[in-house]
Amino acid sequence: MHMLVCGGTGCRASASEMLYENLKKEVKEQGLENDVQVITTGCFGFCEKGPIVKVIPDNTFYVSVEPEDAGEIVAEHALKGRQVERLLYLDPVDKKRISDSKGMGFYKKQIRIALRNCGLIDPENIDEYLAADGYEAMGKVLLEMSPEDAIQEMIDSGLRGRGGGGFPTGVKWQIASKVSGEQKYVVCNADEGDPGAFMDRSILEGDPHSVLEAMVINGYCIGATKGLIYIRAEYPLAIKRLKIAIDQAREYGLLGKDILGSGFTFDVEIRYGAGAFVCGEETALIHSMEGERGEPTFKPPFPAQSGYLGKPTNVNNVETFANIPVIYNKGAKWFTSIGTEKSKGTKVFALAGKINNVGLIEVPMGITLREVIFEIGGGIKDGKKFRSVQTGGPSGGCLTEKHLDTPIDFDNLLAAGSMMGSGGMIVMDEDDCMVSVAKFYLDFTVEESCGKCSPCRIGNKRLYELLDKITRGQADKEDLDNLRNLSMVIRDTSLCGLGQTSPNPVLSTMDNFMEEYIAHVEEQRCPAGTCKELIRYEIIPENCVGCTACARNCPVNCIAGERKQLHTIDQSLCIKCGACLEKCKFNAVKII
Amino acid sequence: MTSIKLKLKEKDVQQLKEVARSFNNEPGELINVLHKAQDIFGYLPAEVQEVVAQELNVSVAKVYGVVTFYSYFTMLPRGRYPISICTGTACYVRGAEKVLDEFKRMLKVPVGETTPDGKFSITCLRCVGACGLAPVVMVGDKTYGRVTTDGVKDILKEYEDAE
Repeated sequence: MHMLVCGGTGCRASASEMLYENLKKEVKEQGLENDVQVITTGCFGFCEKGPIVKVIPDNTFYVSVEPEDAGEIVAEHALKGRQVERLLYLDPVDKKRISDSKGMGFYKKQIRIALRNCGLIDPENIDEYLAADGYEAMGKVLLEMSPEDAIQEMIDSGLRGRGGGGFPTGVKWQIASKVSGEQKYVVCNADEGDPGAFMDRSILEGDPHSVLEAMVINGYCIGATKGLIYIRAEYPLAIKRLKIAIDQAREYGLLGKDILGSGFTFDVEIRYGAGAFVCGEETALIHSMEGERGEPTFKPPFPAQSGYLGKPTNVNNVETFANIPVIYNKGAKWFTSIGTEKSKGTKVFALAGKINNVGLIEVPMGITLREVIFEIGGGIKDGKKFRSVQTGGPSGGCLTEKHLDTPIDFDNLLAAGSMMGSGGMIVMDEDDCMVSVAKFYLDFTVEESCGKCSPCRIGNKRLYELLDKITRGQADKEDLDNLRNLSMVIRDTSLCGLGQTSPNPVLSTMDNFMEEYIAHVEEQRCPAGTCKELIRYEIIPENCVGCTACARNCPVNCIAGERKQLHTIDQSLCIKCGACLEKCKFNAVKII
Repeated sequence: MTSIKLKLKEKDVQQLKEVARSFNNEPGELINVLHKAQDIFGYLPAEVQEVVAQELNVSVAKVYGVVTFYSYFTMLPRGRYPISICTGTACYVRGAEKVLDEFKRMLKVPVGETTPDGKFSITCLRCVGACGLAPVVMVGDKTYGRVTTDGVKDILKEYEDAE
């Protein structure tokens, strides 16, 4: 029997390491060392209900497990063969306990290709990856295929870059393979900077070998002998597991000289980023790897012609790489059977925000936003109303009710005014002010703009100021026109992808939620009730019972009132933190 | 930059020089060297940048340019208990801003600064990848999930009691 404990970042934050230790201890104490193996795996995806423990072979899926539960799991499940009922997932609809993850709404519509091994194997043990068909694709390509055939297979599969741009991977490889050069480089872009997206990190934490295997294949196809992984220093666990994986692969002769006797040599090194969103752009990333400021440069020349140290370089993203071994194992034809006409395969999304099932999901292209949000995501939290879903991070846009039945793929999202991006998907409810959301993204862009070109450096700052003015109720109609015009200019004239897409959150919210902008401008009113300067908290006399809960929790002591007497808020002192509203059990505090 | 020169410990400087040598004093390794330097000194004051520039044979201006470009590098010392509030989108929509305001109010320092007793510093970071626990706060390496404004004082108390 195997007990798999999630060791992803989310679950570790909820004491899954301690849970792992406790399980091991209990197994030992109850004399089951020979029968039960406790293993730490990568992310299962269902972060909302973490920490997760999965028991195989019977596939029992325990959720929200605490370190104290270890004893009971071992005593009941391992020893007596009885499931611990109270730790099974409770279906929110029919209130039944479900033991197999396949039966859960969260997993039903998922197809896991890039995440195939996450939550299944121990990422720190190469033997487990090998047992899961690991390095088989690499062996097949290196020993049985010519680089041309292997590239053709990649083109036939229709795989498009998962970092956001959606450029066909096979075509990219073909271009790089045709450029002559003694030294070429394969680069893995693991500089996941989109706030709210964590798929690359989860893949590296849960299945690092899949990325290494694909990089070797990539190197063989384009004639590169060196691979570099550019990863954020903020991802210590991913770095640690990657280092272990590289050492193990070298030890097994799967990296290094004459791999598998094919005569092909390839090795991988890690390079560290230092926190700059723009470094997701490939030219900026390359400059950063060279020890420079991560500023983008004009293309052409493309990295395939002149990249790292001026040499031909092919850059692909982590999730793209993770798909590749499976494509060679199962064939391009199989891959094209999943997805839509122009977007093949699956996409990993980090589903978060005001949704019941937060987590990492992998779904076939062509699935609708409605299926993702209401079936996999389990609908909106606290029974609130769906307002918007933001895809594509700071480069993407806010989609609304009318887009819910659009099949998700690269082209449809673009046509709807958003984009695929790296796969962040943030769901918002009726309490989210869309102007504030646009401002939030612009705040991010202003901070992350590298400052090289003026449309992005100055333009985004001005956009931010306009949005700020609107949220303070100080803007007029002309400001709305300026907002749109300036957005167009920034989009059309910026040097790199960051500036070209940074106005998307503004434009998409203006297109879909114009009435909210108008309410802020014409009536100085925030319909969602979040813009501090446009709202005030008041106590409803009929509902107030004088319980003093609000007064006791007010951080600035601006609520007056005796026990069992009506309370009042001193508006001149109120900082609008909302603590009174949160604490009141009698619905006696309202936002005006 | 201040005009008062900071006196670096000779031992630390030697260690930094050792690091630079391990990277063959290669200018292209600037970012790697700065990572190690920040591990050694805790932050990257001008004096440390000067040593790095000298060792890699690049201008101080270039080192300064790189240090100020990346958010991971800091020229100000952090508190003994550095508090980082995640302001990624998932945390933002689940109330990270209110939590941040509460930290600022309780500690009476703005983002990026350290309390006068050197105990706490506040920074914002973008997405730690624990969106299921939003809003998330990190103190050192420890992660706190589903933090409420109420919970802020409990987190601070934990560290006040520790000393």
